[in-house]
Amino acid sequence: MAAVIDLHEVADREHEARSRYPWRIKACASTACLSAGAGATVQALEQTIEAADLVLDAVVVPTGCMGLCSRGPLVRVLRRGGDETMYQAVNKEVAIDIVRKHVRNHEIVDTNLLDTNIPFFTSQERVVLANGGVIDPDRIEGYVAHGGYEALRKAITEMAPEQVVEEIRSSGLRGRGGAGYPTGNKWALLAKAEGDQKYVVANGDEGDPGAYMDRTVMEDDPHRLIEGIAIAAYATGASKAYIYVRAEYPRAVERLDRAIRVARRNRLLGRRIMDTDFTLDVEVRIGAGAFVCGEETALLASIEGRRGTPRLRPPYPTERGLWGQPTMINNVETLANVPTIINKGAEWFSSIGTERSPGTKVFALAGDLVNIGLIEVPMGITLRSIVEDIGGGIPDGRSFKAAQTGGPSGGCIPAEFLDTQVDYDSLRQLGSIMGSGGLIVMDDTQSMPDVAKFFMEFCMDESCGKCVPCRAGTVQIHTLLDRIGNGDAVWADLRHLEQLCATVRDTSLCGLGQSAPNPVLSTLQYFGKEYEELLSDEKKEVADA
Amino acid sequence: MTDARTARGSTRAGSPTRRAEDSHPSGDDRYLVIDKHLKRARFSQDQLIETLHVAQDVFGFLDESILVYVARALRLPPSMVYGVATFYQLFTFDPPGDHTCTVCTGTACFVKGADDIVAQVGEAFSIGAGDTTADGTLTLKTARCLGSCGLAPVVLLDGAVHGRENADEVLAALTRIMEAEPAEPVGAAAEGGEG
Repeated sequence: MAAVIDLHEVADREHEARSRYPWRIKACASTACLSAGAGATVQALEQTIEAADLVLDAVVVPTGCMGLCSRGPLVRVLRRGGDETMYQAVNKEVAIDIVRKHVRNHEIVDTNLLDTNIPFFTSQERVVLANGGVIDPDRIEGYVAHGGYEALRKAITEMAPEQVVEEIRSSGLRGRGGAGYPTGNKWALLAKAEGDQKYVVANGDEGDPGAYMDRTVMEDDPHRLIEGIAIAAYATGASKAYIYVRAEYPRAVERLDRAIRVARRNRLLGRRIMDTDFTLDVEVRIGAGAFVCGEETALLASIEGRRGTPRLRPPYPTERGLWGQPTMINNVETLANVPTIINKGAEWFSSIGTERSPGTKVFALAGDLVNIGLIEVPMGITLRSIVEDIGGGIPDGRSFKAAQTGGPSGGCIPAEFLDTQVDYDSLRQLGSIMGSGGLIVMDDTQSMPDVAKFFMEFCMDESCGKCVPCRAGTVQIHTLLDRIGNGDAVWADLRHLEQLCATVRDTSLCGLGQSAPNPVLSTLQYFGKEYEELLSDEKKEVADA
Repeated sequence: MTDARTARGSTRAGSPTRRAEDSHPSGDDRYLVIDKHLKRARFSQDQLIETLHVAQDVFGFLDESILVYVARALRLPPSMVYGVATFYQLFTFDPPGDHTCTVCTGTACFVKGADDIVAQVGEAFSIGAGDTTADGTLTLKTARCLGSCGLAPVVLLDGAVHGRENADEVLAALTRIMEAEPAEPVGAAAEGGEG
């Protein structure tokens, strides 16, 4: 059996290796920046360093997401013992400039300088994304040097499983997949459940269009997720875990596979982890393009290799899950919070955010905003602060119209509620949901009935077809929205629309159908006038008469 | 990776791998890739989706003979394999065209006018989303979200990312690619730096 990794030694060696270079250039190599050409940037940086004979002075570290995706590719230049400079839109030419001017001559490349004192960076609080833009996701040493696997060591060598569950429970952590169920309670249910084999499943089926929080965690900090899963398994008595990843995330699958192999080699997974009696196997399972598989019972069916259709609950998966055995499904972001909670304590965690929604939340900020990217903010921050400070407001002199949270399951929040605190309960009161963290801002050129139709088309396509309200209801709602959009609708159609939405919401089998009407209902509530204006004049009069 | 369940599913392994070393009995060696995966997965029935992914990777699409082959190997009813293959959107049953244009229709791209790109490309080539032109040169696809919302609207042309483009630019780029001239470097469109 291979030797257990010595965390301290690895960390020390890593710190020492780092201090060897006077300059360290961190280049964002996350999917968003790669799409913007970061591959060429990294290459240019490395080639220029070599050509300028600076190989002993500077090293390039490809890292995970730095956050401000719309300004990518992003690069941070760190000088030993001190200052740090951030650059935006670093294409090949700028990369060459950075090495030649900044590293060699100590001159800042003014044209592409990115001020890190803007609210986009200063208003954030990074817990889950702490290593984003800092470590190379493919090297376990980087993760360990930042305290990685220390929480797992602490949990399995110093704490009883019940203590770990209690720590999570008292931290107040709630499920980051959207519904916000208290994580500690779920863990306690699985710990109590009886079965020959218990399973932990990390839900990385991030289907909400416009959201890529979980992908970022899986791609940029895979060991954090693995550590969170291992702690969850230890606390609940599970010995097998699955990470269910969308097939659309090949890089996440690749990095997780590699991280699992490395963790196993270092006895952080597998049999007798860190020489204790704790044993855990982790396996990645890949989806194949079905939004409904984010629903937990559908996800389980998919892991078993079947059609991803949900089933009625109860029995809940913690009683009967994978192959009839007790199974717990946690969202990727939820599990990514766990190592930090164990390290810093429940009290520290619950001091962030609000009383009922402690901690932070990662949002994928997109749409009509100046700054687009991935952010992590304390719960309870106002929507206004996210839109105006972090997002930098609406570009092109337009004004804010609505913020859409929760994707196809969420709603549109109008300007009058911009001062609402962002937490599970406040958003629900407004007819939206926290969701997994997609936050799309729309300016005054967007038509709300159009947006509602866009989401309904999504739900219609993604309905698995198992229950009638969702299968047929989403089609009928879409037809009505189509009629409204074409100007063929009458007043009665609007009433129909509302009734139908209520029926689908109240009678669908799973969360997909139950929440599918949310975008329509919330836009009807806040932007009802837009629907009315689309009714043809003639028909309005007929209806009024 | 070992797993109690995988082991159980493997006890009655199908025969197709027996002579997998050289060439495949069917005469199509692409089946060897499937066999290799099945063997590694120990013919576990819960590996059906993974197996279909592997099959689609090597064949480019799935057809009846491939589905039946997988069904036999995993000892599953062909109806179930068909049911699973048709349930998930990433499995396709038609050979893709020579070139592919994938338009992201995630929310951020929708807000930035992705539907207009789909409509105009579709019109220019007389195809709908998901279709391939009659001469098999172009497949037009839509994607749920490519997760590069900072570049919205995002279009993939033969796998290369083109960000912040309008319909005209996409059509121009498509024409270039289809005339087999070298395409623009990836991400060239992103230099503008919005806002």
